[in-house]
Amino acid sequence: MGNGILVVAEHDGSNFKKTAYELLAKAKALAGGAPVSALVMGRSDAGDLGEYGAATVYTADGDVFAHYTPGAYVKALQAAVSAADPAVVLAPASAEAKDAFPRLAARLGVGYATEVTELRVDGGAVVGRRPQYGGKAFSDVHVSSSVALFTVRPNSFPAGVATGGSSNVVALSLDLQPGDVKTTVVDSEEPSGDVVDLTEADRIVSGGRAVKSKEGFDTIIRTLAASIGASPGASRAAVDAGYAPHSEQVGQTGKVVNPTLYIACGISGAIQHLAGMRTSKVIVSINKDPEAPIFALTTYGIVGDIFEVCPLLTEAFTAALA
Amino acid sequence: MKIGVLLKQVPSSDEQIKIADPSAGIATGDIKWTINPYDEYAVEEALRLKDAKKASSVVVYTVGGKAVEQRIRDALAMGADGAVRLDDPAFEGSDCLGISRILSAALKADDVSLVMAGKQAIDGDNAQVPMMVAELLDWACVGVVSKLEIGDGSLKAWRASGGGVQDVVEANLPAVITADKGLNEPRYASLRGIMMAKRKKILVKGAADLGLDGATVGAGAAHVVEDAWSLPPARPAGRILEGDNAQRVQELVRALHEEAKII
Repeated sequence: MGNGILVVAEHDGSNFKKTAYELLAKAKALAGGAPVSALVMGRSDAGDLGEYGAATVYTADGDVFAHYTPGAYVKALQAAVSAADPAVVLAPASAEAKDAFPRLAARLGVGYATEVTELRVDGGAVVGRRPQYGGKAFSDVHVSSSVALFTVRPNSFPAGVATGGSSNVVALSLDLQPGDVKTTVVDSEEPSGDVVDLTEADRIVSGGRAVKSKEGFDTIIRTLAASIGASPGASRAAVDAGYAPHSEQVGQTGKVVNPTLYIACGISGAIQHLAGMRTSKVIVSINKDPEAPIFALTTYGIVGDIFEVCPLLTEAFTAALA
Repeated sequence: MKIGVLLKQVPSSDEQIKIADPSAGIATGDIKWTINPYDEYAVEEALRLKDAKKASSVVVYTVGGKAVEQRIRDALAMGADGAVRLDDPAFEGSDCLGISRILSAALKADDVSLVMAGKQAIDGDNAQVPMMVAELLDWACVGVVSKLEIGDGSLKAWRASGGGVQDVVEANLPAVITADKGLNEPRYASLRGIMMAKRKKILVKGAADLGLDGATVGAGAAHVVEDAWSLPPARPAGRILEGDNAQRVQELVRALHEEAKII
């Protein structure tokens, strides 16, 4: 496998994200002994990445990384690719990587496959598999350029376990020129509370039009979500009715999600919604209509009124986790 | 200032997808087509900027055969001034980078200074072309934008970053913006708009018109190839829980804890 695999390890300022460990574990398995390295932006240490298989950790740090800009991110990627000369680059399908990777691909004149959910080695090359049409269909994706770029949907692979080992830390010199960074972040609004972004969430509680009002969404859905540390989600109907913000919409025209647990409350299951959540490991549905299409994908179903069932479930979860 | 809008035709989000030939992609026979929903926000935002006298004209760009002209007409009926359809046998089989090379050549030739696009097309879900176009033109790009202000030669955009963070970003024009849901509420075409759209001209341009080397686009230049298409794997059968509400809720919590082992 050429010169191995480079992984983009994202962090939240203090800890590396779960995706960093997911991608390192997968990279190690795919590389078959070829070197695995990591790129860290916005800090100058490797943390514990060495224990999870990153033999070399490239770091790009400085004030320019205080906020995401495609200019600095792509420049760091370019420097890391040039230093590591990898056959494959893997990054999480985060907002940042999905913004930067197309620019990197165009700059290097190479191929990039977006948001794969599977990766395997076939004939010496890494082949991806990715959802399309919001998850209504899947295809293999082959990237034939000298370096193949992939972003990977969070929660697609198990995170590895620490096996000891340390990494060689290499600080990249970016040599940023005027004009390299074309955007300036002038303000940044943090989300209220510590809710995990839907695309990375491990647990999601979603509400449909049946919540009847914004108050219904807040008291039924948000309360249930909070009881198990889940992120709240919503159907397109609930968003269009103004019960929840656009950023919480799950489906083909919203966020495509991949949690371990998805609880659908009062969601009938329009095609475009099912496309966006059907890869969830366990799906729980609560709906008055026994014929609702969502029940076809459901692991555990309750035919009932969400205004009666959800508060009981909130209580039961709270008691179980106490 | 001329605004270029990148437009793609996609199957409606209400469509069930079928596979006829696993090597070729989805079956397109009886599909209902629409403008990519995110591109509609891009068209609408461009038209609003023109309404506010911040732009002189709005031109739609799309890569595709004659079959996509109805979608172009839809955008013209909303109020776009003109359209360029990029079509050439040499474009066949392009990957996202190839498509971006075609579009950026056309935008450059037309002296466009703001490009509006959808944050992704809901068919391939690639979310690549607008950023690639920006890179090829050496322009700024702000993606996944839910609010936009255009000043004198500059812009301010509200974009979704990771972890639910909302960034306010400034950049100079020329630039590429990709639209998220929430940017605006797209207008419906008026009857007058639909009638006027029939008279608007759709320019058709090929590789030679753009001065584009055919070898840099199309199947021969594509680094990304997709095959082995399938529908999503079936999910294992689930079960409907029985009893009164209290019993069913207890059973659910037990199952999530003991069977699924996730609570």
